[in-house]
Amino acid sequence: METERIVITGIGLTSPIGDSMADMRKNLLAGKSNLEMIDMRYMGMVPAGVCHYDPLKYQKKKEVRIGTRAGSIAIFCAHEAIQNSGLDFESYNKDRIGIYVGTTEHGNVETENEIYNISKFDYDTKFWTHHHNPRTVANNPAGEITINMGITGPHYTIGAACAAGNAGLIQACQMLKLKEVDFAVAGGVSESIHTFGIFAGFKSQGALASHEDPNKASRPFDKDRNGIVVSEGGALYTLERLSDAQSRGAQILGEIVGYAMNSDAMDYVLPNPIQQSACIRMALERAGLNPGEIDIVNTHATSTPQGDIQECEAIRNIFSESKSTYINNTKSYIGHAMGAAGALELAGNLPAFEDGTVHPTINIENLDEMCAIPNLVINEAKDIGSVDYILNNSFGMLGINSALVLKKFHN
Amino acid sequence: MTKDEIKQIVLDIIEEIAPDEDLSDVKPEVRLRDQLDLDSMDFLDIVMELRKQHGIEVPEEDYGELASLDSCANYLEPKFNQ
Repeated sequence: METERIVITGIGLTSPIGDSMADMRKNLLAGKSNLEMIDMRYMGMVPAGVCHYDPLKYQKKKEVRIGTRAGSIAIFCAHEAIQNSGLDFESYNKDRIGIYVGTTEHGNVETENEIYNISKFDYDTKFWTHHHNPRTVANNPAGEITINMGITGPHYTIGAACAAGNAGLIQACQMLKLKEVDFAVAGGVSESIHTFGIFAGFKSQGALASHEDPNKASRPFDKDRNGIVVSEGGALYTLERLSDAQSRGAQILGEIVGYAMNSDAMDYVLPNPIQQSACIRMALERAGLNPGEIDIVNTHATSTPQGDIQECEAIRNIFSESKSTYINNTKSYIGHAMGAAGALELAGNLPAFEDGTVHPTINIENLDEMCAIPNLVINEAKDIGSVDYILNNSFGMLGINSALVLKKFHN
Repeated sequence: MTKDEIKQIVLDIIEEIAPDEDLSDVKPEVRLRDQLDLDSMDFLDIVMELRKQHGIEVPEEDYGELASLDSCANYLEPKFNQ
């Protein structure tokens, strides 16, 4: 039996370097990052990636007040994605739309805010808001989309640490193949810059970036990298079975031809290159590809001293003989968008199917020799003529690994 | 505190919790839910803001007293003037 092919037909995003795929791409090719210093409760100034979309474009003020930042980002991205897909949304059967949103975490922001609130009232819990539970249930960001847009199909979030953006897309592929839904809105979101706990946790772990210039703070593969720049953001895609997309004459931005997820089963925070390699190999096998057929590997590397080396080892394991496979990294521009990372970074690279160019990894002044993998595209974009396959890596805490293989669509 | 001042306090709270609403012509004798887009969660917000901003408690059995601006003023006047 022929397996249904799954294609991407639309995208909506918000990132520190733009609120559309085109704007993001323009900045990536120009080497322009946009990270800021923000004043973090209890911590002072820290570098972070901030989004500047207009929440009121698709939400009432009251929705913004009652809902969460993750919900707002998700709503913005979902509207933009569905518009971009050209779907006749008004007349479409909303029961057949599924919402699958990846998140690294949810509820930290809202819980911290409420504890801060009751600290002003001597910690008397009668001042704790009744909005707390609907804000902090794990499905919140996906559920807010359904309420805002009147979508009555299934919705949930996929908690998958920093592999969540890819995990959201994989979930959508599976649900479309199973014919649970006919149209999926999927990807990942992050509101993590609004919780001091994430920053303080990384700092205690020795994994929080510091630099007087925030735009130099996220520097994967550089010898002097010293940690993660946490960001907010979101990227949601519309996905459909190829036959459905073609029957409505939809644009096709790419085809998901392979994916895989696995676990390290080893450590709470340390990555494992052997299992990362296994995950990538599984995705390639499912796509029916040899490593040398991949044109771009978009790395997960978060600018931590250890993690970047581990991923480079995983990539070396597989691509050391692949002369025409180029490697890059998007976090050097936008920081680590946590649950949105995989989905946003894919959006930074999908346009390569059209322009045949690999956006560079920036902020490498002294390449760490442990990260000196062949064909790492450093500081300047590289025109490689044509791009047919992209591999998108995303890994996360508790040893969760994900890899997606995207193919340029040929009719 | 006068009843008009209390009505203004309630209106100021509604402005915070329902920022999309036009409050320029709220009729004091008409139920708030009949003229504004307010739901039960919004009334819980009104109760919470009275507690936070003014130290006033509205027990659950009295929530019905907050139906209109007039009933709010009648109910809250003795509490504000205690």
